[in-house]
Amino acid sequence: MIDPNLLQLVCFYVFGAVTVAAALAVITLRNSVHAVLALVLTFFSTACIWMLAEAEFLAIALIVVYVGAVMVLFLFVVMMLDIDQEKLREGFVKFLPVGLVVAVVMLVEMLGLIGVRVMHAQTMGANPAGDSNTAWLGKALYTQYLLPFEIAALILTVGVIAAVALTLRQRTGSKRQLASEQVAVNPRDRVRVVKMAAERPAGAAPAQEPQP
Amino acid sequence: MITLSHFIVLGAILFCIAVAGLFINRKNVIVLLMAIELMLLAVNINFVAFSRFGHDVAGQVFVFFILTVAAAESAIGLAILVLLFRNRSTVNVAEIDSMKG
Repeated sequence: MIDPNLLQLVCFYVFGAVTVAAALAVITLRNSVHAVLALVLTFFSTACIWMLAEAEFLAIALIVVYVGAVMVLFLFVVMMLDIDQEKLREGFVKFLPVGLVVAVVMLVEMLGLIGVRVMHAQTMGANPAGDSNTAWLGKALYTQYLLPFEIAALILTVGVIAAVALTLRQRTGSKRQLASEQVAVNPRDRVRVVKMAAERPAGAAPAQEPQP
Repeated sequence: MITLSHFIVLGAILFCIAVAGLFINRKNVIVLLMAIELMLLAVNINFVAFSRFGHDVAGQVFVFFILTVAAAESAIGLAILVLLFRNRSTVNVAEIDSMKG
């Protein structure tokens, strides 16, 4: 019989290793499409890590919102743009040492800070959410954080409108209706009423038809 | 037994990978955007871990808002990227210098 705690730890290490490896792939892969796919893997394994932390709602939200929407948007854009991959890689080797030094120094500093606190190693304890993480989060979101929640909705609306407004362009030669001009039209501009006799007098030569 | 340090170390590693990505891919705007997403993810891992270990709902609520703002940000960022590519036919940061910054 396997100890559940040990199993949890093993799962954490496996998911963590996949996350780190995929993140490394994101920044090193030559092809942007492959990099986006590696980022999808990173998000997915992070969602698994959040499952281990018993944050089920956020884990599913990460998969639905990020893997399902944002990453697909990234993939669309990367595939839509015809990018010269080789030219963009020019500075890769040149900046590799700088990037590595900065990252390693930062990592050592952060790990040092975390290491100081390790002696008070905190274990997970009882789940504060009780049975349902979603209910726990939802109650807080719809009572205490209602105003920020609505502002978040506003931000999303602004994001949608801004994205559409930025990429909208008027194509020349496209046939479309201008509703405002259609509504504002004056009947006198469209129809000309011509006064004329209903019948021609008998025997008269046919008159010239008035040009419409 | 998973401790708080496990999560924080994972977040720190992810954040440093993202910073390294910003340095070594400084020509490709798309990879820069992806590195920023990685950074936000690292921060989110810390928030979730502290929320779980500190028994406080605020951390997870904040992650929810970060996800919202990040989604809006990447949508607008990619729209700007498409616009830039349409006008300049490049995503190279070095060639985008019309503002002389």
